[in-house]
Amino acid sequence: MDVRKDVEEIKKKREEWDKSCLQPYLKKGGEREEKFENLSWIEIGRIYDPSDIEHLDFLKDVGYPGDYPFTRGVYPTMYRGRFWTMRQFSGFGTAEDTNARWKLLLKEGQTGLSTAFDFPTLMGLDSDDPLSDGEVGKVGVAIDTLRDFQILFEGIPLDRVSTSFTINPPAAIILAMYAAIGDEQGVPREQLRGTIQNDMLKEFHAQNTLILPPEPSVKIITDIFEWGIENVPKFNLISISGYHIREAGSTAVQELAFTIADGMAYVEAAIERGIDIDKLSPQLSFFFNSHNDFFEEIAKFRAARRMWAKIMRDEYGAKNPRSWWLKFHTQTAGCSLTAQQPLNNVVRTTIQAMAAVLGGTQSLHTNSFDEAWALPSEEAVRVALRTQQIIAYESGIPNTIDPLGGSYYVEWLTDKVEKLAWDYIERIRKMGEGSVLRGVLAGIENGFFVKEITNAAARFQREVEENKRIIVGVNKFTIEEKIKIPILKVDPEVQRRQIERLKRVRAERDNVAVKEALDWLRNAAENNENVMPAIIEAVKAYASVGEIMGVLKSVYGTYKKPIII
Amino acid sequence: MERKIRVLVSKVGLDGHDRGAKVVARFLRDAGFEVIYTGLHRTPQEVAMAAVQEDVDVIGISLHSGAHMALVPKVLNYIKEYGGDPDELVVLVGGIVPEDEFDDLKAIGVDGIFIPGTPISKIVDFIKEIAPKKKRSKMEKMEN
Repeated sequence: MDVRKDVEEIKKKREEWDKSCLQPYLKKGGEREEKFENLSWIEIGRIYDPSDIEHLDFLKDVGYPGDYPFTRGVYPTMYRGRFWTMRQFSGFGTAEDTNARWKLLLKEGQTGLSTAFDFPTLMGLDSDDPLSDGEVGKVGVAIDTLRDFQILFEGIPLDRVSTSFTINPPAAIILAMYAAIGDEQGVPREQLRGTIQNDMLKEFHAQNTLILPPEPSVKIITDIFEWGIENVPKFNLISISGYHIREAGSTAVQELAFTIADGMAYVEAAIERGIDIDKLSPQLSFFFNSHNDFFEEIAKFRAARRMWAKIMRDEYGAKNPRSWWLKFHTQTAGCSLTAQQPLNNVVRTTIQAMAAVLGGTQSLHTNSFDEAWALPSEEAVRVALRTQQIIAYESGIPNTIDPLGGSYYVEWLTDKVEKLAWDYIERIRKMGEGSVLRGVLAGIENGFFVKEITNAAARFQREVEENKRIIVGVNKFTIEEKIKIPILKVDPEVQRRQIERLKRVRAERDNVAVKEALDWLRNAAENNENVMPAIIEAVKAYASVGEIMGVLKSVYGTYKKPIII
Repeated sequence: MERKIRVLVSKVGLDGHDRGAKVVARFLRDAGFEVIYTGLHRTPQEVAMAAVQEDVDVIGISLHSGAHMALVPKVLNYIKEYGGDPDELVVLVGGIVPEDEFDDLKAIGVDGIFIPGTPISKIVDFIKEIAPKKKRSKMEKMEN
């Protein structure tokens, strides 16, 4: 990168320093490790100077925020304009329980809602399905029909909040329910703001919320794109997620590479459908993990923006500069939380949250310190939210944009992470004979993604077992302790109450209208038409999540994941 | 030659968090056990059937869904129903389990509970210590 001193002069000086200053010192003491590696096993140098980044061009590779390639941020003012959205993911029990928790969070200063669903809802099952037994309302809110959504959003005006939904196979159903609530509240659909996760590809790689096979899953996602750009233009129709890939044990580089590849796959599917990508792009969003290796995470976020800008402009030919933006949500790393000495997690989460902010995130979820034990208690959630507020209001970090831009190390690492991620993307593209979409589908089919992630997880665990990786309180600085943290318990009555409500809805609704809507849906699916209009009709007739997914399963079949250890 | 200790590593219920189960399965295999992994989203019936059919010495049940108090007893009951005896098995539970529920799980016959951060060597040692005892009691019962 351009520097005032001539790079040759710097290199010469560095050699001198190495010989006359460093080497004698090393002879006396040596260093802590033979080799320093980050969490992606990238070897980290002793020191970086302008000669390490001489191949970079400040204007071309770094530049200014709000301007291509957006390395420094998507907005020209970033957090000087407004802070990131503080969006804590929450939900448990029945819709009433979650509605109450949301109202508390809004009162505490949270600025966006984020919904956690229970496993039956995530897996497209009704609360009275035998497979749902014991899981209703456990890790999130139970949703069976529109009736539950009406209760969930009681007293929450949809024109005033944006709501994020962590939902994948049933994403179309949840989006339809949200639109229906908007209709009931008299909020025009074009004003609805929020996000559905709706990213099935990463489910196959990592998160495993699997119902339909990969190809129909992508088909329905593309249906949602097609419907969404016309009907809910302010809604993020997908949150292309690396979070879960990372939680499953990937490195930061794999997280970045696989997420960007998935994003490319969705864009290619949209292009195949004839969707105008300049229209779709503003409604794409991303979701990353923020893990422990502080600088690597910052580098990853910066590299992600730069890669996506290049991809959208140069590969897919998007014309509108707005289409080149990579906007993202971040969650601190759940897998980094320790059950041991749980208060230490507050510190881990703070470091990770700072990396997300220094990396230019648009919204952030900070984990609570008790989450290696259970769903977070109110106190723990409050500390997590306060962590963000302290970074925002007290640390001074948000006062200047991309403060680490120009750091020799951070620029070197941003470039390194980007290069390694491109290597993966080219491998994936090759598997698809030039198409990233086909390459990702092939990688799901042949186990490429799962093997890569599983091997990284095992390698990490091996290093922990051998004490090569230190986790404070786990394999070093351990204590005998009795864990005394108040733990949120979900009322065991939730399942019974939820099933009762579902039965009541089934008895009171117009079952002819339900059948007609479900028949329409079956027809649309069988004839390869867009399924969204029929799903909206079905939702409004109070068809349940299980009934709607049931139709899709009967048309498209179900997916069983191959076993790879 | 003495048979290797056979371990069934299982994911029961709807939760898809399989990192822990898979890493544990791999490390147990490397430690010399014979390991069978069920794959994801198994019902209690499927897990119990696999345990009985494969005649395992150890059954590990991994859950991150908070549904352990509902699903673990079901697995153990189905093992009985299918002609097995959970008392002769080393029963392990791994995942997100609040500490105040350890006793509840132990009361229904769980031998060991392993939370996130447990060194896998500890699980290996635990199995090596308990499995032979369980096997002895099984032999004694058969002889009587």
